[in-house]
Amino acid sequence: MPADFNWAIGGEAGDGIDSTGKIFAQALSRAGRHVFTSKDFASRIRGGYTAYKVRTAIDPVQSVVDRLDVLIALTQRTIDENLDELHEGSVIIYDGDRSTMADVEIPEGMVGLDIPLKALAEEAGGAIMRNVVALGAACAVADFPIENLDSALQKRFGGKGEAIVENNKKAARAGLEYVHDEYDHEFDYDLETTDEDYVLINGDQAIGMGAIAAGCRFYAGYPITPATDVMEYLTGRIERYGGHVVQAEDELAAINLALGAARAGARSMTATSGPGIDLMTETFGLVATSETPLVIVDVMRSGPSTGMPTKQEQGDLNMMLYGGHGEIPRFVVAPTSIDECFWKTVEAFNFAEKYQVPVYVAADLAMAVTEQTFSPETFDMDEVEIDRGKVVDDDSIDEWLDEEGRFQPHALTDDGVSPRAFPGTEQGAHMSTGLEHDELGRRTEDRSMRVEQVDKRDRKVETAKETEDFSPREFGDADSDTLILSWGSNEGALVEALDFLEEDGIDVRFLSVPYMFPRPDLTEEIEAADEVIVVECNATGQFANVVEHDTLTRVKRINKYDGVRFKADELADEIKATLDAEEVSA
Amino acid sequence: MSSNVRFTDFKSDKQPTWCPGCGDFGTMNGIMKALANSGTDPDNTFMVAGIGCSGKIGTYMHSYAIHGVHGRSLPVAAGVKLANPDLTVVAAGGDGDGYSIGAGHFIHAVRRNVDMAYTVMDNRIYGLTKGQASPTSREDFETSTTPEGPQQPPVNPLALSLAAGGTFIAQSFATDHKRHAEIVQEAIEHDGFGFVNVFSPCVTFNDVDTYDYFRDNLVDLADTDHDPTDYDAAKEKILDSSKEYEGIIYKDESSVSYEEKFGVDQNMSDIPSGAPDDAMDLVREFY
Repeated sequence: MPADFNWAIGGEAGDGIDSTGKIFAQALSRAGRHVFTSKDFASRIRGGYTAYKVRTAIDPVQSVVDRLDVLIALTQRTIDENLDELHEGSVIIYDGDRSTMADVEIPEGMVGLDIPLKALAEEAGGAIMRNVVALGAACAVADFPIENLDSALQKRFGGKGEAIVENNKKAARAGLEYVHDEYDHEFDYDLETTDEDYVLINGDQAIGMGAIAAGCRFYAGYPITPATDVMEYLTGRIERYGGHVVQAEDELAAINLALGAARAGARSMTATSGPGIDLMTETFGLVATSETPLVIVDVMRSGPSTGMPTKQEQGDLNMMLYGGHGEIPRFVVAPTSIDECFWKTVEAFNFAEKYQVPVYVAADLAMAVTEQTFSPETFDMDEVEIDRGKVVDDDSIDEWLDEEGRFQPHALTDDGVSPRAFPGTEQGAHMSTGLEHDELGRRTEDRSMRVEQVDKRDRKVETAKETEDFSPREFGDADSDTLILSWGSNEGALVEALDFLEEDGIDVRFLSVPYMFPRPDLTEEIEAADEVIVVECNATGQFANVVEHDTLTRVKRINKYDGVRFKADELADEIKATLDAEEVSA
Repeated sequence: MSSNVRFTDFKSDKQPTWCPGCGDFGTMNGIMKALANSGTDPDNTFMVAGIGCSGKIGTYMHSYAIHGVHGRSLPVAAGVKLANPDLTVVAAGGDGDGYSIGAGHFIHAVRRNVDMAYTVMDNRIYGLTKGQASPTSREDFETSTTPEGPQQPPVNPLALSLAAGGTFIAQSFATDHKRHAEIVQEAIEHDGFGFVNVFSPCVTFNDVDTYDYFRDNLVDLADTDHDPTDYDAAKEKILDSSKEYEGIIYKDESSVSYEEKFGVDQNMSDIPSGAPDDAMDLVREFY
């Protein structure tokens, strides 16, 4: 029996797939098991195929694998879509009474459990609970104590009254008992529980939580998959801390609202996906040249244009690094895991204010809508530090006034960072503009001032490189000749792939790079390696190109752009194939 | 805030580059007077300007200010106000900025009803690009890019505002200094989005909508029995294309600003030096 257990429920959008999956994930988490979830979903409210997948183990899990042990299939398509992941002995739970499942085909070697989910749910109090009956059946198959389901049902249905909760518990037990009574099969699973307490959180929520922790008090956004969860998380929570969320009329307004709040002194943020970044790029240049601290989250999805809105891709790196006309520094931080979504958001706010720059947080769909368990201490709020940079007050403003008593928001300084006065600060009144400007913030086309302001802004990057730690995260064997580089959500799959490779006697060094700009200089690491492979979810190797540019070295690439994240086992095979190909050609 | 603020305190030492005789001089002077009379001072005032001749206003005034991208002054202004409701916020732009590239934001800013003033310097032409038709240009107004005239009806900004649920709709004339300043002051003091369309003639490129035209055709509602709190009367005036009106056309006295509705009343620049005290509760929600 493998150490991890892989479960899924699938059907049509509108079948309650998401909420059922969430209940099971929550039950496992509350039972002290680690959980990693993923979703196959379509950009529609009803119809189409959708699935919620759960991988669970006693040890931390941070990736999906190409294996499915138990599948609750509400439609035939659910089985068809997952044939690659199903294996000999996989259990498929279905309701043969459902019209769509009347002629269901259970693949050879798999175990089909035909359970009258709807009928049992009706007996327990209503057909609507048929998915919960299936959850009970899954508990029987997985040998997972059904009491653990109860608290998740309580959390989900508590608000609807005790009777509803009790009916659901009854429905779950009906599913469990049906399996025990009707199937004499020995299932090869035993989902143990522990006393650990975990929290189950997705990347969007972690970004939102990081924002509040970091003192973000203003958020403006326009709903877009897969970034909407950030806005939904903040709504109703940020207000408790004196903040506010505005749903703007479009992304143009969203970034301008956020810019206004930042000019007024708030830590301010907007989040969107690629299509929204396209629109925001107009105002990005103004943010940057007016030296306004702003955090812009891009939860990347498959592009271009509307692309595949519910599919994974890391295709916006070039846009974040280079988007916008003219030349102006921006910071791009890229969290590499769900917990890092929290910490990198905190860091992004500090970068934004210390260097008075726009900071992109480059997240991606695979981490944004995926939930993972963590110990609560992972998000230790005492560790959150807020650095607001060079803010002046009524007293300290004096040293930044010119001989005529005028405040200089773009003063030419050695470190490139100028003083910042929030509106309301006495003697601080000043102009900001998207025009090239002098130290007072007034329009100028003076040649030497133009050069001095450009150089000043660029100097902030040099200062940051000297001041901040932009190191990559290191995994695997530091002495290996094979170096793997990656960014974003691929980290989890790669870390687990290292284990698969190790089983085959292959040791590699893996550097997961969370800073896209300013970014670490990897020349030394690359020179020390014989083989360098850059792994990313796009077709053209946007990060690989950057690495090659920085280090003047050709690298190998593993690219995935079919809309699906890397799976750990699949990735291990790809790395092996890349290394083997090298040997053959050598 | 100091009570002895003079309107010249809102003037910067930068000399305007507007054409001599431009309506924008009068528009700006009126805004400065309105600000001074409303009791704010430059350090507690935030001007947001758009792009175009009108957009230069922030440079010639003295206050906290931003000169943004074309058409987006209103969302910026709303962001400023919500982040620090203590500030007096005024957005200013032209007819192209507000009713063409920024028309979408205009409607939604009206709906949102954030407590701020919006003065549009309406000269019915694109001046800075040297004389093309604007959304408020007449249908037969011949320009370099519309030799036969735009052949489209001009936008009625007052009607747009009314349709979007506007709570304060006014119109003024840049050189009617006293009335213009009074009207803008009322817009600033209104609890919500105070919108003033200001006739601000372009002496260089518009030989139709001139000072003389407005002097001859303007009807000051203060000289009539118009009741600005009467919605139907306001609607009638707004849809009356036979005259040009000056004054407060509509004012909803029961207007409740966005900030008040949502309880946004804090200066958001005040934050602790670490995470909030009870921030671990945010984590525990995910058990």
